[in-house]
Amino acid sequence: MNIMTPERAALLDRLTRAGGRGVLRFITCGSVDDGKSTLIGRLLYDSKLLFEDQIATLERDSKKHGTAGENEIDFALLLDGLEAEREQGITIDVAYRFFSTEKRKFIVADTPGHEQYTRNMATGASTADLAIILVDARKGVLTQTRRHTWIADMMGIRHAVLAVNKMDLAGHLRARFHEIVSDYLRVAEALGFDTITPIPISARYGDNIFQRSDNMAWHDGPTLMEHLESVDTDAAEALDHPFRMPVQWVNRPDADFRGFSGSIAGGRIAPGDEIAAAQSGKTAKIARIVTADGDLDSAGAGQAVTLVLDREIDIARGDMLADAKARPAVSGQFAAEILWMAEEEMLPGRTYLLKAGGQVTPVSVTTLKHKLNVNTFEREPGVSLQLNEIGVCNLSTARAIAFDPYAELRETGAFILIDRFTHQTVAAGMIAFSLRRASNVHAQAMDVTKARRSELKGQKPAILWFTGLSGAGKSTIANLVEQKLAAIGRHTYSLDGDNVRHGLNRDLGFTDVDRVENIRRIGEVAKLFVDAGLIVTCSFISPFRAERMMVREMAEPGEFIEVFVDAPLEACMARDPKGLYRKAKAGEIKNFTGFDSPYEAPEAPDLHLKTADITAEAAAEEVIEQLIKRGVIG
Amino acid sequence: MSDIASQISAYAARFTGVAPAGRARALSPHLAALEAESIHIMREVAAEFANPVMLYSIGKDSAVMLHLALKAFYPSRPPFPLQHVDTTWKFRDMIAYRDALAEALGLEMRVEINEEGLKRGIGPFASGSSLHTQVMKTEALRAAMTRHGYDAAFGGARRDEEKSRAKERIFSFRDAHHGWDPRNQRPELWRTYNTRIRKGESIRVFPLSNWTELDIWQYILEEDIPIVPLYLAAERPVVERDGQILMADDDRFVFEPGETPQMRRIRFRTLGCYPLTAAIESDADSVEAIVMEMLTARTSERSGRLIDHDEAGSMEKKKREGYF
Repeated sequence: MNIMTPERAALLDRLTRAGGRGVLRFITCGSVDDGKSTLIGRLLYDSKLLFEDQIATLERDSKKHGTAGENEIDFALLLDGLEAEREQGITIDVAYRFFSTEKRKFIVADTPGHEQYTRNMATGASTADLAIILVDARKGVLTQTRRHTWIADMMGIRHAVLAVNKMDLAGHLRARFHEIVSDYLRVAEALGFDTITPIPISARYGDNIFQRSDNMAWHDGPTLMEHLESVDTDAAEALDHPFRMPVQWVNRPDADFRGFSGSIAGGRIAPGDEIAAAQSGKTAKIARIVTADGDLDSAGAGQAVTLVLDREIDIARGDMLADAKARPAVSGQFAAEILWMAEEEMLPGRTYLLKAGGQVTPVSVTTLKHKLNVNTFEREPGVSLQLNEIGVCNLSTARAIAFDPYAELRETGAFILIDRFTHQTVAAGMIAFSLRRASNVHAQAMDVTKARRSELKGQKPAILWFTGLSGAGKSTIANLVEQKLAAIGRHTYSLDGDNVRHGLNRDLGFTDVDRVENIRRIGEVAKLFVDAGLIVTCSFISPFRAERMMVREMAEPGEFIEVFVDAPLEACMARDPKGLYRKAKAGEIKNFTGFDSPYEAPEAPDLHLKTADITAEAAAEEVIEQLIKRGVIG
Repeated sequence: MSDIASQISAYAARFTGVAPAGRARALSPHLAALEAESIHIMREVAAEFANPVMLYSIGKDSAVMLHLALKAFYPSRPPFPLQHVDTTWKFRDMIAYRDALAEALGLEMRVEINEEGLKRGIGPFASGSSLHTQVMKTEALRAAMTRHGYDAAFGGARRDEEKSRAKERIFSFRDAHHGWDPRNQRPELWRTYNTRIRKGESIRVFPLSNWTELDIWQYILEEDIPIVPLYLAAERPVVERDGQILMADDDRFVFEPGETPQMRRIRFRTLGCYPLTAAIESDADSVEAIVMEMLTARTSERSGRLIDHDEAGSMEKKKREGYF
């Protein structure tokens, strides 16, 4: 449409060169006292991105409220508003500022506040390529300096800048600068940074920000801007990782086109390359890399593309496409660092939702191994996590997820936790490693499928989950149901509380944490039997809704049938077939459900059997009818 | 066919015709990064919400946002409709552009007008900017959100526009009354957005959050996106009032005593209701010239928006009420 005039070409050349190094995101750490707001204000001012009306306002405000001297501009006022809002109780975790130079565009994450500092800083740091750690030259390295450095490292920032500010108030002394630098390196060198760059600055006067300082001619390193303009971004470094692309959206405009849209998280890809869908293990080759600008010959980390494969394999949102020769871990159990961000504490065993890329699955913390204290940097034991606390945990998800260790690739190693009821984001997580010993054990794609196996048996596989108090009649009814199914030639298997606890789960006790694990293992076994095409009856007290929901979610929709075997506690105690209530009463057993441990009755069971009113035989008949109704058996 | 109409039909052909041939010139690296981020956000919304919509305001930011959506889902069409809130006081060129673009691209453009407000005679001259905006824009937007039951709505707001937006989330949670509670926003880490809501609640999504005004213009230039001609300098009938240049776009313009329209060479940096949008004097009659002007611009974009001057902190207040 537009004709490429020489003027247009010249302008495009100029602009393209201007944006030459892409976008760098960084975070500034420090308090107002360290001159953080002044530094950001100075960066905005010196990059000439302020407009005349903004400068006029700034000059007027500087005269009125400024703390800088006569006729000086107080740059900190540019960012004002946030502190005042914070005092009004408004949540401001991060404010973003923008400026650019001829070489690069910059996005600065500014995190105000002291109380919520850990959470705010982590939020800002999660997308940052670099952290500027501000230190007041008069005060040197403080506890908060260590804390900022430590959080930056935990959040996976590769590049740290130690900005020793207010050098004008420290006589611009080289010795003072070097003293602070060597103190700092003792803190930071053991951490995981790729580069640590100390720079002596004076944000107020602009020394070594954009302009090389005449007052500190002894500084032979870069100015702050020289460094910010040249440092490598995460996206550039992610190119060296094996290929990863979480599938966001299946692109299917018509029957002839099927593509997988997503943002490349790591590595490069080209047509002909072999990829695997990590979760299923199926492989295919890249046929095309489609964009609205035409097909690409190759694409790399940071690009949003649509991939077309050379053969049809089953892929949906949440799947991760990966280099077939260097696949991510696929596991439902892993160790991670968790930063807790909610008022309500984190409890091991409680079910939350985990979201990692497009993968969403119920999850629980199985073990809180220890807490990390951000003030003393010590490990501390703990049973729960409070707001702003960090814990090293083992987690267990309902469905296996594909991931890489966070330290290797942030995008595929990060997750958030969401409260299932309030829907608030309650935690940020960074995966350390898979707990399955062999993280190179990948799902083997089998040619005989669940559908084929159940077809051979002439039935639909299902889990009949009998829940209820001890003595309510779960095992009795399950036994009758299995007899009836066997009589009509159906293939079944029974899992029962007592049997399982003698073998598979003999290492587990009756604490809440162990009960969660007990049900998780049973759920996994039931899932295997369902995969074999069987109708599985499971008779377990299973007192907590969260775990029953967990098993339901392990199964495919419709496969899990919750049968509430409902008898009043008094009736169960009167029956007491195993004499357990008597022992509980005598104090010989602890944590007995219905007695000194709660039973959460199902709110909407698929089948509700009131065994005080009907015989076991009639109850079993109801179950069979339910199976016919659902088409499990013909 | 007018110049803009032929531009629009050529533009539409880029997304509806045969496969594109490839770029003649690579996009600037920082724009490529911003583009990829915006596309990522849009795909997340398309995948996770049942009934999303794009709030389309016809301006340059909407033009870029729509362009990104066309690219994000290619070769599919954007899997959501566009929603315009028409106060009935938009510039005539804006409406002509809107209708031509929707038709050429074959997109569903839903238009919401507050008929009740019209009946009451609400307008910028009769009622003042504050009441007019409240009734014809904010209330109309809320009515559209409720009527169509949108669970996610894209907006073109940018964090660099104004101080209070610097802290806005990309995914901004709204309660069942479309209210924005600054005390109840979710922390946003990495590119992992929490999209879970209850029935009736919704999320406003701002895919241009990290773009600046210059990025927008540069992208329009490099991507060759058609824009409403009012952004380009031309001789237009204007009056100067309280230091602001206003254009008499139609015969509803109410002149004050002694005012007569004069032809001046002007253009607009933002577009809205014509009696509430101030022009600047400029010779920039092409996107190239605008970018050149931007590189040396001396006043911020919102200084041309009269509603911001109504009262201190006015954006913050309007946002809580459901205005963008």
